[in-house]
Amino acid sequence: MKSEIEIVSLIEAYLRNELSTEERGAFERLRNEDASIDHKVVEHESFINRMAEFGQHKQLLADMDMAHQQLDIEQLKADVLPVSFKIRSLFRKYRFNTAVAAAVAIVTVFATLLSTGYFSKTITNNYSALRRDINNIKRSQNQLIKGINDNPSKGPVNPGQFGGTGFALSSNGYVVTNYHVVKDADSVYVQNSLGESFKVKQIYVDPAYDIAVLQITDSAFKSLGTLPYTFKKSGSDLGEDVYTIGFPRDDQVVNRGYLSSLTGYAGDTVAYQVDISVNPGNSGGPLLDSRGNVIGIINAKQTQTEGAAFAIKSNYILQSIGAIPQDSLEVGLTVNKKNSLAGLSRTDQIKKMKGYVFMVKVY
Amino acid sequence: MSKEIRSSVSDDREVVFGILNDSKHTLNQLYKAHFPMVLQLILSNNGNEDDAKDIFQESVIVLYNRIKSGNFELNSKLKTFIYSVCRRLWLKRLNQKSRNISGELTDLENLESIEQDLAYHEEKDAQFRQMEKALMLLGEPCKTIIEDYYMQNRSMQDISEKFGYTNADNAKTQKYKCLQRLKKLFFQI
Repeated sequence: MKSEIEIVSLIEAYLRNELSTEERGAFERLRNEDASIDHKVVEHESFINRMAEFGQHKQLLADMDMAHQQLDIEQLKADVLPVSFKIRSLFRKYRFNTAVAAAVAIVTVFATLLSTGYFSKTITNNYSALRRDINNIKRSQNQLIKGINDNPSKGPVNPGQFGGTGFALSSNGYVVTNYHVVKDADSVYVQNSLGESFKVKQIYVDPAYDIAVLQITDSAFKSLGTLPYTFKKSGSDLGEDVYTIGFPRDDQVVNRGYLSSLTGYAGDTVAYQVDISVNPGNSGGPLLDSRGNVIGIINAKQTQTEGAAFAIKSNYILQSIGAIPQDSLEVGLTVNKKNSLAGLSRTDQIKKMKGYVFMVKVY
Repeated sequence: MSKEIRSSVSDDREVVFGILNDSKHTLNQLYKAHFPMVLQLILSNNGNEDDAKDIFQESVIVLYNRIKSGNFELNSKLKTFIYSVCRRLWLKRLNQKSRNISGELTDLENLESIEQDLAYHEEKDAQFRQMEKALMLLGEPCKTIIEDYYMQNRSMQDISEKFGYTNADNAKTQKYKCLQRLKKLFFQI
């Protein structure tokens, strides 16, 4: 029996085809006869193949490493990467910060717009409510005049912080004016064309329609007598001649014009647009048509446009009156239905109207 | 000059023949032609150039295995084959690295059926690692003797001269012992 070493070297020689034909024939016979030898041959062959494969694998890896070293990796990297890669990686890095910054910016923009009143339609730059700011110089002048005249009225001598116009709703002392005239008021007085002041209290305000209803509570007040004008319920026509009486200064001033549009500022259907020259202090004044019907109440004008004043439509006044609960009133409020101005000339109408239009003084 | 022209016009078929003949020139060419593409793929998908090297070399090994196993049909471009393999390998590695990288590389669809190749490759790879470990444990001079004889096919005569054995028989005995130990180690691991 041959030694283990000899058998293995024989097998190797056999596998490597190093045996001569005779030796080979002898070995194959031996292999056929002895199963254990055959088994060893198969086992050895597979192991040697495995090692050979491993050798090839290592060789391949080594070759590839050689090939790899020949390449300029940095140059390749620069070539294959898209130019935007830097930007993209920056974006990836900072996208969270960017999102936060954008959110803050959006919030800031909207907060600023909101706080400056960009979203509220009524307060706009070229829309000014016609309430009069009475300055200190005027007040001192007024005090002098009132001192000389020895005015009998019981009202305060000073002309108030703000002024506007109001007109009678009924003979028993109800007066209508604009809400913005009496807004934030400590106390409100009305002064008639004779210069007499009466204390009033606010009965009802409607900020949406810019309407305020006042009642004269002064003990010196006597009835006004029957109102000469009525309130027009239906709409008026374009181009209609209109006029207004107001107190842009301390005396009554009459202005005339015509109805230029059936809608007010920025398409506001509550108001008319009137081509009439009005000034601060005209707010709350009656807008009358040629037959002496009240068709509206002057409340504002557009500052950057010539001849665009606005007046709240008269049926909103009637609506406001209707909205006052009658039970809460001390004396009944009934709106005059008989017009005694129709057919009179403009000057006669104004003469009759004079006593029913008041200056509203706000403190 | 002629070499330059030949490498620039060499098509896939030539590369396949080159691989079958173990041509180093072909390997270099393959490396030069396709590595940039893989580098780009890996770099733009959270990898670095070392990853690219690993993945590309693995894909070349897969390609070699496929070609040498004899049943390689050139039914797509080599470039496509390499790209698909690299893409799959990298996806797998990404998944191993972190479970929560949602793993779809937004690129070409899988154009090649490479499932079998990859499975085969993995199996081989495991064997190779086992062999490498066994060889490491074997230590010198056995490791070099085995490598020289079985992997580089050097003759026993050369080996006995290199290691200073008095005759080839001594070297043979030594080699036999080494082989027995290697077998033992290999099957133990």
